[in-house]
Amino acid sequence: MRSRDRTAFSLKRLEIAASAPVEFLVDGRKVTARKGETLLTALNADLGHVRNFEFLEERRSGFCWMGACQDCWLWTSSGERIRACTSLVETNDSLSTSAPEAGA
Amino acid sequence: MSATDPVIIVGAGPAGVSAAGALVEAGQKPILIDEGMFPGGQIFRRAPAPLARSGKDTYGFEATRAHALGEHFAAILPSITYYPETLIWGIEPGTIHLARKDGALRQPWTRLIVAPGAMDRIVPVKGWTGPGVFTIGGAQIALKAQASLIGGEVVFVGSGPLLYLVAYQYARAGARVVAVLEHADPFRHVSAMAGLVAGGRILAKGLYYMAWLRAHGIVVETRAEPTEILRNRNGRVSGVRFLKGTRETTLTCDAVGIGYGLKSETQLADLLGVDFIFDRQHRQWLPKTDADGRSSVKGVYFAGDGLAIRGSEVAEMTGELAARALLADEASAYAPPVSGLRQRVARMDEFRRALDGVFPFPSRMASMSPDDTVICRCEGLTAGSLREAVTTSGECDINRIKAFTRLGMGRCQGRVCAPMAAELIAAQAAVDIAAVGRIRGQAPVKPVPLTALARRTHDQL
Repeated sequence: MRSRDRTAFSLKRLEIAASAPVEFLVDGRKVTARKGETLLTALNADLGHVRNFEFLEERRSGFCWMGACQDCWLWTSSGERIRACTSLVETNDSLSTSAPEAGA
Repeated sequence: MSATDPVIIVGAGPAGVSAAGALVEAGQKPILIDEGMFPGGQIFRRAPAPLARSGKDTYGFEATRAHALGEHFAAILPSITYYPETLIWGIEPGTIHLARKDGALRQPWTRLIVAPGAMDRIVPVKGWTGPGVFTIGGAQIALKAQASLIGGEVVFVGSGPLLYLVAYQYARAGARVVAVLEHADPFRHVSAMAGLVAGGRILAKGLYYMAWLRAHGIVVETRAEPTEILRNRNGRVSGVRFLKGTRETTLTCDAVGIGYGLKSETQLADLLGVDFIFDRQHRQWLPKTDADGRSSVKGVYFAGDGLAIRGSEVAEMTGELAARALLADEASAYAPPVSGLRQRVARMDEFRRALDGVFPFPSRMASMSPDDTVICRCEGLTAGSLREAVTTSGECDINRIKAFTRLGMGRCQGRVCAPMAAELIAAQAAVDIAAVGRIRGQAPVKPVPLTALARRTHDQL
């Protein structure tokens, strides 16, 4: 489970001289990103996708990167919905790829 | 309502910043509202400081213009009220509804300059919703604003100048560009050269990118029709299959950028109730304005790619034109003549028309899409289900089809699927594309988290 199939992830980071690492949690799993990255970049580099599509068995990795397609929603631990492409990674964030239970 | 309310500008791209500059010059103190973290729009999208690369690396030939916009913005910032990361989700007569991270706001308005920009125009192909497939604009944002590449081995699929620019930028940044699959046949259009020459520097850049790709052995296939984006057992993109004539070819890659030109963001124009006009060449309903950007609604002006796709140079010009039109209409302030600007816009229009002729929207390919192609990525709606709705209902109006199928009712509210859906409906109903109409923008024009609305509502910025 933990052994990662590197071919599963396609996003490539260019080398930047000084970009401090940021650690946060997605579905309880630790993800490391660079300061200044959006959650979309971080998740595509680490998981290779952002969310599970709710209507079919399919993963989604976002699409437009500019807040238009809405295909990269995540939820914070407080239940707030955020767009991965317009949210920067923050140390100690704890995020969920699925919506809180109905009524939340 | 009073004439002393500040002018509100929507969008801090080249058009919005230019409009703000012209208003500041006339002694006004406009409010500039933008969804982005930084000014510049998508074209001059900036990386957060820790990921910043040099201007040359980030913007290439546009580095000087990107820098100039930044300088201009810094110069006018003390004279404007700037609200970044702020979404306009609704507009009513006299009131704009905003959402920010810290809550919701209402802002009164009497005069508006609307410059919301554009996004990629997509023709869905089997497999396009899988992880690793992004818009061409998105692929460029990953590079410009995130110092990342969507993949190590990338195929760019679509049509138009952005395809070559982004392929060039990716190759320069170290990606292996497997191929550029262009739907049009740009090298055949010698007759368009007269119009294209009007583009001057823009044409020269485009030709340079094309030549650079060829010189570096990067395959550029023209008249290429993608038939499927292939996926591996994890569901990730693993290749692209395309047709050229009757010959089918399969390429291996780990990411795909897709886009067939751009489409204007017109949802706010809908909420404002301005008249629209059908643009045959863009095949899109656009806000109807005069040469200076005046709409049919008093006090409402349009500029930039949100008015028509003409690129960032024209966006700067139309932003200034709209601001000067507004000032002239109020006869309240300094508004020097704009005739030289109008001529420059007209000349660039000639270029854009020629360019659109060289890279036409592939409407035939769109309308022939197989029934199992997913058209709406929000809800998984297929080409077949749209065709069936047209046939069983006998309707051709896209808003009627929307009521039957939920087309355009998902998260993106039709932003992504609309151009393709209109082509499919027109073909199935055998009507002219203009008769299909447009998906009416409704508030909220983008989903607003309920938590933002619940937090608090202020009465003004």
